[in-house]
Formats: sequence, structure tokens, C-alpha cells
Amino acid sequence: MDHIFEKYALRKPENLIPLLQELQKENGYLTDEIVEKVSLHLHIPTNRIYGVATFYDQFRFRQRGLYHIQVCRGTSCYLCSSESYLKEIEKLLKVQAGSVTRDKRFSLETVNCMGGCSQSPVIRINDTYYHHLSVADLSEVLRIFREKTE
Amino acid sequence: MLLNIEINGQQVSAKRGETILTVLNRIGVKVPTLCYLSSLSPSGACRMCVVEVEGLSHLVPACSHQVEEWMQIHTHSPRVLKARKTLVELLLANHPDDCLYCDRNGTCELQGLSEELQVRDRKYISRHKPVQIDKACPSIQRDPAKCVLCGRCSRVCREIIGVAAIDAVGRGSHTRIGTSYNRGLNFNACVKCGQCIIACPTGALTERKALPMVIEALGNPELYPVVQFSPTVPAAIAEEFSLKSNKDILNLLRSALKKMGFRQSFDVSLAADINIMEEAAIFLERWPRNKMLPLFTSCCPAWVRYLEVFRPEFRDHLSPVKSPQQIMGTVIKQYITSSAGIKSDKVFVVSVMPCTAKKAEAEFDNNGNKPVDAVITIRELVRMIRLLGIDFSSLEPEPTDTAFSLSSSAGRLFGISGGHLEGLIRSIYFMSTGQDMNPAKINDLRGLKPRKEARIKINKQPINVVAVSGLANAIALLDEIENGRDDIQIVEVMACPNGCINGGGQKIGSDEKSLKGRMKALYDVDEEEMVKMAHKNPTITDLFDKFLSKPNSTRNQEILHKDHSKSSEV
Repeated sequence: MDHIFEKYALRKPENLIPLLQELQKENGYLTDEIVEKVSLHLHIPTNRIYGVATFYDQFRFRQRGLYHIQVCRGTSCYLCSSESYLKEIEKLLKVQAGSVTRDKRFSLETVNCMGGCSQSPVIRINDTYYHHLSVADLSEVLRIFREKTE
Repeated sequence: MLLNIEINGQQVSAKRGETILTVLNRIGVKVPTLCYLSSLSPSGACRMCVVEVEGLSHLVPACSHQVEEWMQIHTHSPRVLKARKTLVELLLANHPDDCLYCDRNGTCELQGLSEELQVRDRKYISRHKPVQIDKACPSIQRDPAKCVLCGRCSRVCREIIGVAAIDAVGRGSHTRIGTSYNRGLNFNACVKCGQCIIACPTGALTERKALPMVIEALGNPELYPVVQFSPTVPAAIAEEFSLKSNKDILNLLRSALKKMGFRQSFDVSLAADINIMEEAAIFLERWPRNKMLPLFTSCCPAWVRYLEVFRPEFRDHLSPVKSPQQIMGTVIKQYITSSAGIKSDKVFVVSVMPCTAKKAEAEFDNNGNKPVDAVITIRELVRMIRLLGIDFSSLEPEPTDTAFSLSSSAGRLFGISGGHLEGLIRSIYFMSTGQDMNPAKINDLRGLKPRKEARIKINKQPINVVAVSGLANAIALLDEIENGRDDIQIVEVMACPNGCINGGGQKIGSDEKSLKGRMKALYDVDEEEMVKMAHKNPTITDLFDKFLSKPNSTRNQEILHKDHSKSSEV
């Protein structure tokens, strides 16, 4: 990860967000060690970094699952009862939004808008977008992904 | 340039760039504030200070809105009053209803606002989020349920202390004040100074209480409870109980402590004198070789913790002498009580401090037998005085009886930023010239200022000394030194702004007037006291003869010094 740090000048707090973004892209999520390294590099207390990073939805502190599920909770999807989709996935995978299944295969999170409002509700699994699904379809979709790994 | 504005129909002139609140304070119009603290940058988060400005559709926060030429301001119009009341009602929506059992009952600003704006029922009810009280730290306890998110603690921690141990985490309705990875205050950057406690308007941040333990020890016939108190305590007690802060107050305090059940009481200034003697010897050893200079003082545990953890490259510069509190505990247990035939494990040493970091310091200095068994803050002492029904009006001042109640005024000056240096220089001067400094007072090191520098000539050689208070200012000085500044020989650091007189264990809600009162009390002692120098204190001479050895000797190093390089990192 040193090559990423090298790109950003020492002690420049304005580099915080781009630096965190790149580090997350490289590592998948932000570990304690990464935050501490950033703190030393930019001279920002770790707590400040944690505060900033928790403000934005884009930063993660836990590893993603092999399949990362994003359920849109933007206004349009919200009105199209994306909540029932979220609840169903939570029930099927036995995880809460924001966490990872024990076998690390699936992680679930909510996002604010994916820009597909006309197709609401939108669900994304890794790079595949799903829309116009019924709640009952979800178990079939998840089964396909589950079988992929077995 | 002066601007003409109108406040509640009254013509007022104001300077360009001033905030509305500054002008209101000047002309004596009081508006309630919550997130505002004069020493910090305004944040405008709580909106409690909103005022109505004619021509503007919305109310503006007085603390962060600047005055403008045409402004006609109404500070207590019905619209403003209603808005403020609603704000308090909303803050109370998820605030626990346990004022009777709260540590801040009576000193809570939310309680005060609720009374001031006459909130009489719970208008909004929201869910209480289940939260855990952070109790792991020996100094500070945090109950997030009582937090109103004013941000005063986090701004103090960032701007004044410079470590940002607590900060806003999350966003929107999920925002809370927290520590990184929710690890708690004992496992992060916190230096335990307690400035957040005196900044907190509610009971979200309090000291970890040692009071129950002390009360129990006082009632245990097996134990021999003794107490040591910081030189800032007499003035603080005088302030709290509206007594005259004069010479008698020290003896009144001793008398009160005796009545509470302490068998002996000691002024920590005695140990401050020992600290000076050691530090002076160490400096005189380093000075000619110009090695490990500037020497950093080590009497402030919050500063010591910061340096050990965050700036290990400067550890060698830190004076190895333990803080007066730990020295006093050691001297009490190993010499004073043991020569009176009391076993050291029966002695229970309580220390009264204006500080919360001292609690952690006492806790972590533990090689078998702790020199200090319990540390209580001045706030806890005040509670104890009330709990045990001590009435100052009927107390007779306790005459100074033992030799160990003697201390020089140099040791007492430890209570204020610059005071430690002043006392230290007086003894360095004597040790290298054989003469006493005249005058003993060093004006450049006095007063309420964040950084005080002085240049003193000893044997025609100049030494430069700097006293900084407010840890953020010390961090700035460290950066200067790192970037090549090399003309300083001694640096005194106190983590709290202006030193212990404004410590995290002092009274909640102290203003500048009370700070000045506490400062004056210490300077007055120095004026009146006959023994102004540590080396002139006969008790010290006696102690160095009978218990200790020559300053900075192997024996003294063993008893009085601490190896900072062995401290664990966070």
C-alpha cells in the first residue's frame, strides 16, 4: 500500500478523503492499521479520521462478502417498498444490513440512490443490477449465487 | 469601523466582524447558549442563542452570525422564545429522566435551560437508544445517553488539548460523540486531562468516582487514612464555601480534613519542593553538556502521557522525576508513617487534586504497593465535605503541627502555569551561584497566558525557559523544536489552559473571574510566605538527610524517578 501513500504529500489534511478512497479500493475496507497509518501520514488524530469516515456511507470498516448486496433505500425505491425486499434478504441470509454472513459469502448494505429510480426497487449484487423483482424471487436469486460457490 | 445596529429598540454601535453574541454580552443582554464556549470557535450547532433579525425570514444564531449595518435585532420576541423552548423540548425528547440521580443535578445546563424556558411537560417522546456507559477509564466516565451533541467536549479536545480523543461519529440522526472504533476512552488518544468534563453541559462526561472507596477507608478501623492535597485546593474550597481566601484557609482545610477522619494531612507542595530539588540537579547536569535539552517538566500526567505515547522521540527530554503526587505518596508511606511505627500496607493515602489525569497516574504507578491509594477531585472533596456535614463556620483553624506541613511557596506555585518553572529557576540559581535570586519573582512567567517565555542570567550565562499551557500549545512548541528551534533550555507544560487552577477536577462552570481569584491566591501566598525557595525549606533538608540522599543520587533515582522509556504505548 506504500505506493498509495507516496502519491499524497505528508501532513496535508485535505488529502484525507482521496487517500482513504484509494486505500479502501486496494484493501476492500479500512482496517485499524490503515487508519493509524493515515493518521501518521497526514497528522490527523485517528479519532478525527474515524469521525470523517463514518460520516460517509462509502467507507467500510468490515470486509465485504464474496457477494456484496446493495439494497437501494432512495426516495423512489423507498416508495416502492424496498424495505420488504431488505427484510426478506435479511431473513434469508440471517444477517442485518451492514454486516457479513458467517461464511463470508454475502454482505448486505443499504445505499441511498443508484440512479435507477424508474426501475425501482433496485438491488445490486456485485456488478449485476436487479429490478422489477418480486419479493418471492429473491430466494431464487440468492440460491443461484450460493450454488456458484459450492 | 463602527456599525450602528438596534437591539431590542436600543441603538448600539458594534465593530465590523463581531458576532451578535459578543455585542449582546457587552451591553448586558443575556441570551441562553449551549454549544457556545468563549474559548472555542463557534459552531452554531444547538441554535439555542437564536435571535430575530428584521427582514430575515429565518432566525439566526447569535454566536456565529456577524453584525451588519442595518440590523434590527430582537432577542426575546415571542417567536424567539417559542423557538428556544421547542429546541429544549426536542433535546429532552430522548434525554433520560433521571435528574435526581444524575451527577450533574444542580449544575446541569440542560436542566437550567429547561427551567429558564419553563418547559413543564415532555412534549416529544423518542426512543432511547440502548447505549453503554464507558467505565473502563480510571479518570473519565462517559454516558452517551446524556449527551446532547453540543460538541463542546470534542472541540475542547481538538482545539485546546490537540489530541481529538473524542469526536462526532456517524451522520444525521445517527451522529454521536464517540471514540475511534468505539474502543472507549481508556484505549485511545485520551490523555485523561478532564477538560471535556468541565466543558460538558450535562452529565454525559464525569470523573470516575473514588469517593465511595475513600468513605469506606475512613470507616475502616484497620486502616490509617491520610490525605494529601494540591496547592490549588485551599483557594477552591474558599471559593466553593464563600470563605475568605487568606492564610487561615489552609489551616481551616486541615481542620476540616481531620474532622472527616483523616489522621494526618499533607500539602503536596512539600513533594513539589522535592521535585524541584531533583529537577534542578538533573538540569545542572545536562546544561553544561547541552545534552537532552530542553528539559521538559514531568509534573503534569496528561502531558507525560501525551509525550510517552505520541512523541516518543522526545522521551529523553522528559524529566525522569515523578510527579509531586507520587513523590508525596512515597514519602508518606516509606518514611513519615513508617517512622511513626505504622505499617505501610495499613496506610491509606488519599490525594485531593484539581485533576482527573492524576487518577490514572496513581492507578498505573503500581509496583506492588501503590504510593497513592485513591485520588479524588476537588469536586469530590466538596461533596465529601457536605456529605460528612462539615461546617466551616464552626471550625477552628488547625495549627500547623508537624514538620511535614512546611512547604515553600515555590512548591505551591505548581498550581499555575509558569509556577513550576519559577520555583525551579529559584533553586537552579541558588545551586549554581550559591546565592538566592533577588527578586525571587519572575514577572515574565506570571499571568493567564497560553505561552510565557523568560530569559534569565545565571552566572552571566543566559537560559531561556518557556511555560506553555493547553496541550495544543505544547504540541505547537514541540513542532517548533522539531523544526530546529534550539534556544530553549527548559519547557514547562501543563495540559489544562493556565494550569491546575483550571484543571479538569475543578468546579464546573468556572469563569475567568474565578480563575483570576485562584491565581491571585497562589501569588499572594508567594508574597507572604517567608520560605520562597525549595532549597530553603527545612523539612526538605531534613528529608534529604534522613530518608533520601543527595539530589539525583542513585538512591533518589530509585525512589523518586520513573523510566519513561518503559511506559507502554497505546
